[in-house]
Amino acid sequence: MAGNNPFTSLFGRSPFKPMQEHMRTVNQCAVETANLFEALCNGEQDQVKEVQQRIFKLESEADTIKNQLRAHLPKSLFMPVDRRDLLEVLDLQDEIADIAQDIAGLLVEREMQVMEGMQEPLMNLVRRCIDACELATRIIERLDELVETGFRGPESDAVILMVDQLNKTETDTDRLGLELARSLFAQEENMNPVSVMMWYDLISMIGQLADYAEKVGNRLRLMLAR
Amino acid sequence: MEIIAEYGTVFIIIAIVFGLYMTWGIGANDVANVMGTSVGSGAITVTTAIIIAAIFEFAGAALAGGHVTQTIRKGIIDAGALEGTPEILILGMLASLLAAAIWLMVASWRGWPVSTTHSIVGAIVGFALAAIGLEAVDWQKISQIVASWVVSPVLGGMVSFALMISIRQLILNTPNPFAAAQRWGPIYIFLVGFIISLVTIFKGLKHLDIELSISASFGIAALFGLATAAIGYALIRRVKVDREADRDFHYASVERVFVPMMIFTACGMAFAHGSNDVANGVGPVVAVWGLVQSGGEVAQQSAVPLWILVGGGIGIVIGLWTYGYRVMRTVGTKITELTPTRGFCATMAAAVVVVLASRTGMPVSTTHIAVGGVIGVGMARGIGALDLRVIGGIIMSWITTLPIAGALSAFIYFILRMIFIG
Repeated sequence: MAGNNPFTSLFGRSPFKPMQEHMRTVNQCAVETANLFEALCNGEQDQVKEVQQRIFKLESEADTIKNQLRAHLPKSLFMPVDRRDLLEVLDLQDEIADIAQDIAGLLVEREMQVMEGMQEPLMNLVRRCIDACELATRIIERLDELVETGFRGPESDAVILMVDQLNKTETDTDRLGLELARSLFAQEENMNPVSVMMWYDLISMIGQLADYAEKVGNRLRLMLAR
Repeated sequence: MEIIAEYGTVFIIIAIVFGLYMTWGIGANDVANVMGTSVGSGAITVTTAIIIAAIFEFAGAALAGGHVTQTIRKGIIDAGALEGTPEILILGMLASLLAAAIWLMVASWRGWPVSTTHSIVGAIVGFALAAIGLEAVDWQKISQIVASWVVSPVLGGMVSFALMISIRQLILNTPNPFAAAQRWGPIYIFLVGFIISLVTIFKGLKHLDIELSISASFGIAALFGLATAAIGYALIRRVKVDREADRDFHYASVERVFVPMMIFTACGMAFAHGSNDVANGVGPVVAVWGLVQSGGEVAQQSAVPLWILVGGGIGIVIGLWTYGYRVMRTVGTKITELTPTRGFCATMAAAVVVVLASRTGMPVSTTHIAVGGVIGVGMARGIGALDLRVIGGIIMSWITTLPIAGALSAFIYFILRMIFIG
């Protein structure tokens, strides 16, 4: 008789814990890309494959969490935030894992050569993009506190400051992306044209890690503004 | 009249047996809902909850159970319609008790969220309609009661909403929430003690032959509130900041301040439930007893005897001890979404609203008000996810409980009539 007790059935499964778990998993995907590019720079293709497999596994874990979360968000559920906002944040988070997966897939399927002078700007860009993802994760970790305080007050202010910082980090990655592109174009003469195009794509993919991290933060800022 | 003279004692004995059965059902069925917010928030253990419930349910029933009992006893049926045939009223009350208790058993067993109050009111109306007719029911009173069923959970929600907002403003959204919690905590506890004792004392102790002036009532209530606040203050001061836990969740220490505070709202809630719901079991018993005592005088005026309220209180305690305990153990697994602050707001609101309703004699549903209290916290954007399908389930339980309890009561009434009147 307890299963149908009006009291226990009143409480739906809170989406915030799984949201955080999803973001942590997605962030791990992003963090792994640093290992991916390090292996690439060192010319260890076996290592690249190993990291790729780890990223694929994490991405599928994130997918499972995402699907379970969606399955437990019936329309009758009343939450402190709009259901659509929440699902949108979830999709943005998921994009990060997808991009990491795409990058890893590309690096395994096509051997990309790291030309001289590109190594440092490449790692700078990758690390800064990961910074953005880490920051977005820390923001999502604050959801507990936001629910506690009703998305108002000092806690909300603190989160907005974190989003500001995330915006700055993303601006950094834009700059670092351009620097990397510059070093790529400097080597253009010595490269196969297809490789140049592939690299150019790759640079924008890496930048997207930070773009989506920023979108997660901006979406949360919108929730707080209401 | 001869029937009453002949079977008077038998009627009283049957009424007491059925009444105990009903109050047992009330204790078994409701205790998990009454103590749900306190146990679910992890503030008190199941054992503590049972002990608190036993003491305060009993106190609520014996000290403040009189008003609603009067309503159940003679507010629903128009006494004028039964002038001259009191035996019908006696059999009807017995039938209503048994019908409500049986329906409660079936519903609990099936896991339906029925209200004990709705069961008994539905049963009495059902009997009156079947045995006498439309004119026997005091429809004005019934419409008031039904209105109170809608208004009281909404009011519970509004109060808990306001409490949640106040806790945010005064405590959570301040630079130092822990210090603010320690400062404001005793004031909230004072309010719990003050309001509940004021409502109880305020002309509520007539059956104990205690009559107090308004100022004396306020004074005693204030003293009582201060005493509870003092105990609360001592308990709250013992709570220390846990930096380790705060790193993980910034408000972990603040939440801990609310754990001792929950004990007071739990007591208040148990008291409120006792004062409101004991009537569902003892109201008909008092009616039967009164009729037999007066030799069939339907419109007699007399206070509710204390021993019947005490008996009802004992019935509830036995119910929660024998069966409610088991339900609570399964329900009482921690509801993660219900932190002490949220549980505190919901419980305090529910307790205050139930006690207020009891004072006006309205037989409200404690369970539905408790649910309303939780929803109020949710509306204040305080709970991660509330499944509002429960509201649909509650409305369904109204639609089913009233006619089924009514039909069952009418059916039992006709059987009793065959036995005693022929």
